[in-house]
Amino acid sequence: MRGRSGHSGPSVSTDAGTRPATTATTTPGRIGDSPLRPDGTLKVTGEFAYASDLWHDDMVWGVTLRSPHPHARIRGIDITEALTVPGVTAVLTADDVPGENAFGLEHADQPVLAVEFVRYEGEPVALVAADHPETARRAAARIRVEYEVLPAVTDPRHAMDDDAPAVHRPGNLVRHLQLRRGDQSVTAPVVVSLDVEVGMQDQAFLGPESGLAVPAEDGGVDLYVATQWLHVDQRQMCLALGMPPEKVRLHLAGVGGAFGGREDLSVHVHASLLALRTGKPVKMSYSREESFFGHVHRHPAWLTYEFGAERDGTLVYARARVLLDGGAYASSTAAVVGNAGTLGLGPYRIPNVAVDAYGVFTNNPPCGAMRGFGCVQAAFAHEALMDELADAVGLDPVTVRQRNGMREGDRNITGQLIDSAAPVAELLQIVADLPLPPQRDADADLRALPGSVGNTTHGEGVVRGVGYAVTYKNIGFSEGFDDYSTARVRLEMTGGEAVATVHTAAAEVGQGLITVEQQICRTELGVERVVVHPKNTAVGSGGSTSASRQTYVTGGAVQAACVAVRDVVLARAAASLGREVSQLRLDGEKIVGASGEVLTGLAEVLGEDAVEETREYRHRPTHAIDPETGQGDAHVQFAFSAHRAVVDVDVELGLVKVVALDTAQDVGKAINPDAVVGQIHGGSAQGMGLALMEEIVVTDGHVRNPSFTDYLIPTILDMPPMQVKVLEYADPHAPYGVRGVGEPPTISSGPAVAAAVRAACGRPLRRVPIRPEHITGT
Amino acid sequence: MDSQITLRVDGAAHPLAVDTRTTLLDALRERLRITSPKKGCDHGQCGACTVLLDGRRVNSCLVLAVTVGDAEVTTSDGLAVDDVPHALHRSFVEHDAFQCGYCTPGQVCSAAGILAEARAGWPSAVTPDVAADTVELTDDEIRERMSGNLCRCAAYANIVPAVADVARAEGVRR
Repeated sequence: MRGRSGHSGPSVSTDAGTRPATTATTTPGRIGDSPLRPDGTLKVTGEFAYASDLWHDDMVWGVTLRSPHPHARIRGIDITEALTVPGVTAVLTADDVPGENAFGLEHADQPVLAVEFVRYEGEPVALVAADHPETARRAAARIRVEYEVLPAVTDPRHAMDDDAPAVHRPGNLVRHLQLRRGDQSVTAPVVVSLDVEVGMQDQAFLGPESGLAVPAEDGGVDLYVATQWLHVDQRQMCLALGMPPEKVRLHLAGVGGAFGGREDLSVHVHASLLALRTGKPVKMSYSREESFFGHVHRHPAWLTYEFGAERDGTLVYARARVLLDGGAYASSTAAVVGNAGTLGLGPYRIPNVAVDAYGVFTNNPPCGAMRGFGCVQAAFAHEALMDELADAVGLDPVTVRQRNGMREGDRNITGQLIDSAAPVAELLQIVADLPLPPQRDADADLRALPGSVGNTTHGEGVVRGVGYAVTYKNIGFSEGFDDYSTARVRLEMTGGEAVATVHTAAAEVGQGLITVEQQICRTELGVERVVVHPKNTAVGSGGSTSASRQTYVTGGAVQAACVAVRDVVLARAAASLGREVSQLRLDGEKIVGASGEVLTGLAEVLGEDAVEETREYRHRPTHAIDPETGQGDAHVQFAFSAHRAVVDVDVELGLVKVVALDTAQDVGKAINPDAVVGQIHGGSAQGMGLALMEEIVVTDGHVRNPSFTDYLIPTILDMPPMQVKVLEYADPHAPYGVRGVGEPPTISSGPAVAAAVRAACGRPLRRVPIRPEHITGT
Repeated sequence: MDSQITLRVDGAAHPLAVDTRTTLLDALRERLRITSPKKGCDHGQCGACTVLLDGRRVNSCLVLAVTVGDAEVTTSDGLAVDDVPHALHRSFVEHDAFQCGYCTPGQVCSAAGILAEARAGWPSAVTPDVAADTVELTDDEIRERMSGNLCRCAAYANIVPAVADVARAEGVRR
């Protein structure tokens, strides 16, 4: 096994583009090392099969006809003309859904194909299968749908008005989370408040939604699809197809990024319906434009916050109102409200709290999961307000946060004990102490200016700003959800070599889970060769690849299955050697005694047998919060990160160049230090994108910019150098002490960038993404 | 209208009849089932479909298959010779210069393209001396030239050294 770093220690850190510097040693390929990705070579050559690369010789292509209206009644659908198009093999509408015409992550409120009403622009209405995708698209254009356009609810701030049209019965409220803690009548000598608005962000994974459904001889279907959670897809598909799970088999195809946008169903039921109807394999693959309509987005948010503090900046109370636009269907809005409500005041000690968080239905695009899940929106508000508080009491942004920062042993605003590391003050100090980039040379080339060669000035209006932000995020599923993962591990001799095979259904989406699964098997079983079984529903659920949970929960399951396998092997060895099990270890394909002496080989113990064990892993249970007070142990683990952003802003042109984006994060234990740093880079970029450039513009329920020309994501030129400092304060409650990694950077990077731009231009900038006209005030 | 063409891809000739409106990307992926170049946007915005046409990088979604003629099309897969990965392949893997990997074959082709550009002395917007015979692929040059290839996982910080190592080995970087 070739490792890149080959060693690890209590902390890893990296400057842009350099390898993590580590201090202690570890065994190559095992936990703490950064072995190469097993799928790496296939991915760089392009041989790796993403869902959109799948092919079947007999396949036909499926396309979706979608609603052009945000809200309309369907008066009739005429498919006759579409059926006459040569090459068309099926045209399906709601009448053709054999099971329940409903799906949804938490509530099955969304039709597979629209019945009577369409509730957002892009809602699927009909399906076509044909021998060529263009033929299918042309046939879909010949489906005649008679719509009666209805008044639409497109401003979520008025969705709960008495006279607002109801998107669903009984009304437009998805969830109201009410949280009350401490003295509700308390006052404070210093009061600061603000309103913040956050635009709609898209996951914009580069591999659009795709899948291949293959009808099976048993009347069921095999679906090869890019997704984040095979088993929750399967559950919803069984309902819609009216089939038992054994007939609805899912297989993970290559996933071209996810970021939350693949938690909800896309092509799954549609491709399967067409496959079952035509008896042929059906491939569906969205275009980029369709992808903007084909998955949920990050909730736009309107936040009203007030902090009361002592004159030294110590928080006395916080009051917050958060409104999230859930769009037309529930998806995971209730859970996003849960996060925005329970975590929405940030990693601070606040004795007296009132929070009301609302998620509402509108006729806008449905919103759901995206990296950071409810904490991202809230962080723009609590961090902007922290800076206001700093100004009001005459403190710097770092000190005011450190003074109020959560510490281990504190209780958060739901009353939950923070029972592992909460290094808020330390993380802030680390980023504050990192070297700042050099001041811009006044004679510097035009290309160093914000806007680069697009800058029409000599840089006379360019001002530098520095901003800070800190956050915390729940890891794993919360509020009483039965969150678990399953792993099956098999150990056998193959060709004279010990081989472990690890089988989970947990989705690899690029984060490197399969590398981590291999590292855990090598560590626990002392073997070099670990085969990662293709991910499918033939093994129990791996839970969702979301909530930064897979290394923790699926990692825990793989560890448990490995331990079970090892116990069987050592028990056999003990019996044949006549020794106590407790005196034996398994390492390097040998059974080793207490003092390290080799007693026998794994080959001798296993012989021709394979030892296989399957285990489920559950983290500590979480609990529902009290409906009146919002109090309760809602979460299992918290992860903390801080960012410092340095920007140059041309205050006359409204252009921003992010000069540096430095961060510190506690990851508990870096199972794979390179992958940890990769997650921090990627998460930080997406947070920066929301602060400066990424927004799905929706007017009157219509998406105005469904393309990468008009929806901008950070390029290699937009990303500044990053200094990344990683702390490893082990969480004693988690396998190996791990703490989820993927999401916190997305939460704290954006508010730090926004703060830096504010510092540079002196304007309040209460809306993100920040546009040039916000900076110039024109 | 169909047209009979022969596409030369990764060293093999493929005669086929294509509708004249077919892009090179669709001809590769859907007709020849060469799926190394990926479709991320189909509009030349993301770079995931980048291939080399006689050594020059192009967005294959913006090239009509019938216009390719005798040009040699090279995909990332075709950069590997006799199943031996290209230096860029190894460097991207060793630097962990990707996560989901969807953009990566395009990034690799783009990187191969910029190595050739540097050798040929083609300046970019950040080249200090536009008249020089060769261009040194500094970090700034790499970022400028790779800026047409989006990576949503934002492995950018690792892409730069992955390309830089190969540039150094090929003598276009000190």
